[in-house]
Amino acid sequence: MLARRIIPCLDVRDGRVVKGVQFRNHEDVGDIIDLALRYRDEGADELVFYDITASVDERTVSPDWVGAVSKAIDIPFCVAGGIKTVEAAGARLAAGADKISVNSPALARPDLINELSAAFGRQCVVVGIDTFEENSTYRVKSHTGDPNKTRETGRNTIDWVIEATKRGAGEIVLNCMNQDGVRKGYDINQLSAVRKVCPVPLIASGGAGATDHFEDVFKQAHVDGALAASVFHKSVIAIPDLKRDLKARGIEMRI
Amino acid sequence: MSLVIVDTGVANLASVRFAFERLGISPIVSDDAEIINKAERILIPGVGAAPYAMRKIHQKGLTPVLQKLSQPVMGICLGMQLIFETLEEGGEKINGLGLVPGSISALDTGGQPAPHMGWNTLTPLKEDPILDGINDNDYAYFVHSYAAEVSSATLASSKYGADFSAIVRHKNVYGCQFHPERSSRVGAIILENFLKVSA
Repeated sequence: MLARRIIPCLDVRDGRVVKGVQFRNHEDVGDIIDLALRYRDEGADELVFYDITASVDERTVSPDWVGAVSKAIDIPFCVAGGIKTVEAAGARLAAGADKISVNSPALARPDLINELSAAFGRQCVVVGIDTFEENSTYRVKSHTGDPNKTRETGRNTIDWVIEATKRGAGEIVLNCMNQDGVRKGYDINQLSAVRKVCPVPLIASGGAGATDHFEDVFKQAHVDGALAASVFHKSVIAIPDLKRDLKARGIEMRI
Repeated sequence: MSLVIVDTGVANLASVRFAFERLGISPIVSDDAEIINKAERILIPGVGAAPYAMRKIHQKGLTPVLQKLSQPVMGICLGMQLIFETLEEGGEKINGLGLVPGSISALDTGGQPAPHMGWNTLTPLKEDPILDGINDNDYAYFVHSYAAEVSSATLASSKYGADFSAIVRHKNVYGCQFHPERSSRVGAIILENFLKVSA
């Protein structure tokens, strides 16, 4: 049986792993390789590395650490941040990344998703979506790495999920910004609404603070994976305990 | 032990190379017929679209080379699909390398999200040295939309909607639908077994 995935997210800035609250006030939480190995050893099913400043500063992700991560770990990982072209994506995949994730550049130029899917196959192409609930509607934001540069896109989240998967996205990571970093639980309503229109694997992001939150998002929103950062980085939840508890509650887990 | 990772021109070769390096082997990445023929083990990697991959293999003149190998060969993911006789992908039906009888077609996920992506359990169906140390319900990491049905070549199956072949063998040729290089301990055992199987 296919296991649900537990995915630590490592936000990378200037070659270090950082974490902020609602994308603000970033603090240093450690070295990329040290954390990647720690999570692999603890039983993480996959890792996501987001270069959170890349889109904002017009920088590209350093391929150096991508290759170093690929060499160090034997579980899949995805690289996000600053990927605007097929060439930039290809460089990261060639360095050993299993998937690449696009967010702001796909909003600026949606054809990028088609191009990436055609070049590498949809299984490599993840579309990350930063979504914010306002007056009961879900809106997509871009350039969320820096609060001063965050933009309204004018796009409705549900519509964008449909469009992105039609264009060739092989997976959607839905980051619910109202929940991010505050550990009050995933946005079950929004994730359930997106699940209904999303034919590819869906990964929940934003809000994990307790084992119950993971149970809820798997059982109620039927997501394929749950992504979290601060609860893992700060050892609020230990991954081996989490996976054992979820398995005991009837959720398929790779132990 | 000499091992060549066939440079098909489409695959992400780094992660497969690193996996063997973790086992103490230094693979050679090559599309040279002579180097491929001389290697003790051949690995056919692959990600992406099958029709494009087969075209690249034809263009490089590698089709007859890969069809005449007698040493142990392993195809991984798309590389596993390319070793079959026929592949149906995106409305196109093409010939594969024909090293293993059977065909590749779209995996019927029974309405679940596609691609089939993540860690799924292996069910060994036959005894084979490649499965030494692998237990029923061990997890391996899969990413694919197409698959081979369970057949007499199947050594281990997996299930996502439909049952499908996770590991196949025909004569000297093995195929893994999952990514052993990304399947942690289970993947390392399978790659290590591949290095040990008798030629």
